[in-house]
Amino acid sequence: MHWEYVIPGYLAVFGSLAIYTVLLLRKARRLAAQVPPEKRRFLHD
Amino acid sequence: MTQVETANATRGATSSKATRMLGVLSAVGVAALLLFGLILSPPDVAQADSVRLFYIHVPSAIVGLYLAFGVTCLGSIIHLRNGSVFWDLLAGAAAEIGVVFAGFTLVTGMLWGRPTWGVYWQWDPRLTSTSLSFLLFLGYLAVRRLDLDPAVRSKRAAILGIIGFLNLIIVRQSVQWWRSLHQGSTLNPVDAQIDGLMLFSFFLGLIALTSVFFWLLLHRFRVAWMEHQIEAASVTTALAARRSEAADYDGLAGNT
Repeated sequence: MHWEYVIPGYLAVFGSLAIYTVLLLRKARRLAAQVPPEKRRFLHD
Repeated sequence: MTQVETANATRGATSSKATRMLGVLSAVGVAALLLFGLILSPPDVAQADSVRLFYIHVPSAIVGLYLAFGVTCLGSIIHLRNGSVFWDLLAGAAAEIGVVFAGFTLVTGMLWGRPTWGVYWQWDPRLTSTSLSFLLFLGYLAVRRLDLDPAVRSKRAAILGIIGFLNLIIVRQSVQWWRSLHQGSTLNPVDAQIDGLMLFSFFLGLIALTSVFFWLLLHRFRVAWMEHQIEAASVTTALAARRSEAADYDGLAGNT
């Protein structure tokens, strides 16, 4: 009962997280092409 | 540089050993949350299966509103005190992820409200103050994109970041200060009125979403750092071009 609310809720959260992650990592790769490797990180590990 | 060389050079642009470990932990946590939240935990006697929204709604609120905006507030205070670029960028990165999680809180809250209260939305103190927080931090992100001197922009954003966090006191206390449709604190530290597997699913949700938050924060901060490097480099280039133009002009003036 109430699955019509539960499933959209989980889809909204994890679907949005997946989309946000993909967009963030794509942006990171785009920017990395413009920044020399030694200047890409504030902290190195 | 060829396309293949560029792709290799930028692969894993913001990843590191730490992000990869945290990424695996987050993925396992989310998978476990889906398993327990949707399948293994029992339906509630009163709320039936809609209780499953509890495992993502409350953790989203804790992570988005209190943890992410808390980092923004802390970063803003430190930036205002010593002008630290690190803390300014970290505050901005946390705010963006916080807005995403605050959005989850509002959406899952509305979906939970419909079967529980009979309506998706009420202008209730908790709901209204939470949506105000969401809008304040959207405004914070808008201020960070203003075409201003970077120092002025960061200072204005930091002030807004602190004001936004202060609003969370109202969010937290709203169910005590005013008559509210929203329930009070779900988890009483002394006496948790919740079934063992439900409590486990809730803490699983909290750990999984906290892990996802820190994983995203590391990546988003590194993106912000690269944006900062590009902005600084463009200012340096523009200044060099201006100096070169001025030197040429002085040379011409000297010749005439």
